Amino acid sequence: MAEDIKLMKGNEAIAHAAIRYGVDGYFGYPITPQSEILETLMAEMPWDTTGMVVLQAESEVAAINMVYGGAGTGKKVMTSSSSPGISLKQEGISYIAGAELPCLIVNVMRGGPGLGTIQPSQADYFQTVKGGGHGDYRLITLAPSSVQEMADFVGLGFDLAFKYSNPAIILADGIIGQMMEKVVLPPFHQRRTEEEIMAQCPWAAQGKTAGRKPNVITSLELDPATMEENNLRFQAKYRKIEENEVRYEEFQCEDAEYLLIAFGSSARICQKVVENARAEGIKLGLLRPITLWPFPTKVIARYADKVKGMLSVELNAGQMVEDVRLAVNGKIKVEHFGRLGGIVFTPDEVLNALKELIIR
Amino acid sequence: MKQEIIIAGFGGQGVLSMGKILAYSGLMEGKEVSWMPSYGPEQRGGTANVTVILSDDRISSPVLNEYDIAIILNQPSMEKFESKVKPGGILIYDGYGIHTPVKRTDIDVYRVDAMDAATEMKNEKAFNMLILGGLLKIVPMVKLENVLLGLKKSLPERHHKLIPMNEAAIKKGMEIIKKV
Repeated sequence: MAEDIKLMKGNEAIAHAAIRYGVDGYFGYPITPQSEILETLMAEMPWDTTGMVVLQAESEVAAINMVYGGAGTGKKVMTSSSSPGISLKQEGISYIAGAELPCLIVNVMRGGPGLGTIQPSQADYFQTVKGGGHGDYRLITLAPSSVQEMADFVGLGFDLAFKYSNPAIILADGIIGQMMEKVVLPPFHQRRTEEEIMAQCPWAAQGKTAGRKPNVITSLELDPATMEENNLRFQAKYRKIEENEVRYEEFQCEDAEYLLIAFGSSARICQKVVENARAEGIKLGLLRPITLWPFPTKVIARYADKVKGMLSVELNAGQMVEDVRLAVNGKIKVEHFGRLGGIVFTPDEVLNALKELIIR
Repeated sequence: MKQEIIIAGFGGQGVLSMGKILAYSGLMEGKEVSWMPSYGPEQRGGTANVTVILSDDRISSPVLNEYDIAIILNQPSMEKFESKVKPGGILIYDGYGIHTPVKRTDIDVYRVDAMDAATEMKNEKAFNMLILGGLLKIVPMVKLENVLLGLKKSLPERHHKLIPMNEAAIKKGMEIIKKV
């Protein structure tokens, strides 16, 4: 066994990956089922090793505004929470998107609405990919379906956030956060020096030096003509992200007559559904969107010409299914199957739903 | 080879930690492993269960309909999981916590009187290792040496002095498990 394979929870993997990726600051407030992120960071005491700041803020609202401030100086900063806490952060997220700043947000979803349950859910899909906060903005949304991806997407999330000067979010849920699996953590990266930060982020507010214009970090622009220009610039950037950053995984799709579309922990359960269905002679495949925004619209549209029907399997009342239907554009039957409020479907329930709703 | 296992009982019986040690032991053998706990608000006295999968191949779902092996440590868990053992599968229970006989006839049923043995050893904390010993006697899915390595990995260093006691409990569990 290689020495660097570890066994840990998804939440712990995020914390370790953040330290190793050279993150400058984490600001959070505890909430189940993601409290191990803050707990692991506190236990590891990275301020003594890499110099990373770890701070338990007085509230979620304070935490996201600390991220806003840190991101404005070009630092690699992040926060994490679970559904109700992420709702509290929405104003800050909209401001960060409006100020075009890079940062990483983690949502380990639980059942809602309201304070809801602490059990796994995927009911924050709409909130994450359709807005959540106010204004025409988008979050680069990564949906991990393993503990390994929890670790990997910390690095990928920051890379994309800095590449496009845009907030990125890891949209996980209680299953991926709480389960333990094997994981290989990323190698140690040094935190960037102040000079490296200014070279990468010339817009950063780091104290004006003689001979350059002041850098102003704001989402406020009272002149509507300029604000429209800003919005057009955002939209051009979003189109570029949609062009370049779509990620997905195909599982036994090649000869499939039917497709499951599922992300995160649902996609893990659906892998088992595909295995069980194929054992019964049903040619079933699974398409797993890894980026929920940008959504793999084109690839789903292509499959609409090949398969007879699609079932969107989500731990919610039917959210991603709307994007699947937009992609399919009425060509074939698309239905949704889900369980709500923190109840997780078993592979059998999904297979029965496929037979009833799609194959029949 | 793939073993899909549910361990279910009361919080405080060491259900989650037994699953963790099993998962670490599988890791030591180079297997794919997953450990999925019920993580409700329950503490000592509430119900707790964990699904552990050890496999030679990539593990798909950490959430299952049915199990190869169910380890049942209290009455509510018997009611919940007896029906979810695969035909031909294995059910292991502790005689102390179970009042109703197992009804299934299409599975192999074993009993480990671990609570009694732990009381005899004057060490209630040995309970889950007695159960683990019983399991490994029936299905030797991991070698004892790897379980000890797994214990070392999953226990904080200050508890490493307890490993010989755990080893003794595992061996005792192997002796006292019997077919029903």
